Amino acid sequence: MGTLPQHLPVVNPPAWARVRRSRRMADRALKVTCTLFTLLGVAVLGWILVMLLIEGGRGLSLAVFTQTTPGPGSEGGGIANALVGSLILTVLGIVVATPIGVLAGTYLAEYGKGSKLAELIRFVNDILLAAPSILIGLFVYTLMVQPMGSYSGWAGGVALAIIAVPVIVRTTEDMLSLVPGSLREAGVALGAPMSTVIMSISWRAARAGMVTGVLLATARIAGETAPLLFTALNNNFWFKPNLMGGVSNLPVMIYQFALAPYQNWRELAWAGALIITLSILALSIAARLVLKKDKVR
Amino acid sequence: MSPIAVTASSAIGHSAPADLNAPVRIGVRNLNFYYGDFLSLKDISIDFFDRQVTALIGPSGCGKSTLLRTFNRIYSLYPEQRAEGEILLDGQNVLSSAVDVNELRARVGMVFQKPTPFPMSIYDNIAFGIRLYEKLPKGELDDRIEEALRKAALWDEVKDKLRQSGMGLSGGQQQRLCIARTIAQRPEVILLDEPTSALDPISTGKIEDLIEQLRTEFTIVIVTHNMQQAARISQFTAFMYLGELVEFGPTNKMFMTPTKKQTQDYITGRFG
Repeated sequence: MGTLPQHLPVVNPPAWARVRRSRRMADRALKVTCTLFTLLGVAVLGWILVMLLIEGGRGLSLAVFTQTTPGPGSEGGGIANALVGSLILTVLGIVVATPIGVLAGTYLAEYGKGSKLAELIRFVNDILLAAPSILIGLFVYTLMVQPMGSYSGWAGGVALAIIAVPVIVRTTEDMLSLVPGSLREAGVALGAPMSTVIMSISWRAARAGMVTGVLLATARIAGETAPLLFTALNNNFWFKPNLMGGVSNLPVMIYQFALAPYQNWRELAWAGALIITLSILALSIAARLVLKKDKVR
Repeated sequence: MSPIAVTASSAIGHSAPADLNAPVRIGVRNLNFYYGDFLSLKDISIDFFDRQVTALIGPSGCGKSTLLRTFNRIYSLYPEQRAEGEILLDGQNVLSSAVDVNELRARVGMVFQKPTPFPMSIYDNIAFGIRLYEKLPKGELDDRIEEALRKAALWDEVKDKLRQSGMGLSGGQQQRLCIARTIAQRPEVILLDEPTSALDPISTGKIEDLIEQLRTEFTIVIVTHNMQQAARISQFTAFMYLGELVEFGPTNKMFMTPTKKQTQDYITGRFG
């Protein structure tokens, strides 16, 4: 502890100190604003989840998983048919979409570099990625439901596939673009034809990202409602072993039951919403784990 | 004499002297190379001799890597690149459209600047190249893989983990894995594009020893930025500048008594 050195006169803060102070304020203001808006976004999400857990949890029972959807005015019931139907439609959609999406993404990343055609495809794919899903439902309605004369699971699967394809194309291309060109050159330098290089080296190097893309596409179509309204529609019955005719599914069930005047229907809608949300959450977590595991390796 | 020239010349003699009677393996005749409209190799004619190491030296952008990349036609992956002239491998022009590029590349192996292990096991990395052109029973394939790893001086370090990923090796080990992968195919020529520039000195030393070993079996062309390395490991040296071949000759002559002033300036460190 000492006295201030006598030769240093006390002066007003110089100009640079004021600038520094205002910069510090601006910095703090931006930080606080960003944090607040992040919390706002997360809070909304948390609210939805809490509501779902409370309301959906109340509706959950064994019957939900074992019984079919009830008719108007009847008591109880479950959503087992919608669960099975959704599973089948989602699997059908992703099984149709995966080869198309992966091969198209591979074309864009491996063969179409710098070509006009690839540029056009990439552009159209981006439009498809952002297309309102109800349009896709109407499109498949005109293409399949009208000519075939009935709503059908096939049409539902196709509509979901059309939604999944651009997602898979995009992630496949992005992930393959991350594979260093030197790896391809190394394969080619051993005398491997391009097809072998792509299938044995590029795909293998990008596989975690590609699987993630397919999982995210699955999560995306598992919750789609609009394209199914015009295609698979819905019904109250167990899935028949053919996909002609309407197929019960969760999103359309939720849509119809949530607006219904019956208490038991609304509870089932909540239960369905909870189940579908948890499934999508599980898929997203799985997708992250796949990527993480690959990084560790 | 400048200190650099002294260092370089003192390193000469670690390797065998040039065999002036060795037959020609690759003969380049009036080679021009274009990136789009840009002429990057100008009328190059040069011979590469059987079971000799030839070093290509010169400042960045002089065309030494470009020249190397014509021998296995790997440039043809990029549509805007093209070569004119003749590159005779055992008398056959490899630039001719009649030549199957994939077969050519199995005969002319290449190792790159950055190690490029494939995302698969060490075993499969080496089996990859062999399986492309040969169907071998399991036992024979195992033998070929061991042989390649031994020649690449990597066997002792990886023999207990052949099923582990090649990506888990150190940089120097990865580069030796890539060399093993190349020699497993039993090529005639091995092209090395700055194979040690991404490696530490100890790994570099191991690769240089390895090149000395491999010379007895393969014709080797190496691009290097490191003149001491060229002096240590090569029998012949070619100096390139601005897309032209300035001077070519036995390494000891190139480093001790270069005939062109540009060569002398470069190897004594006056430019480049």
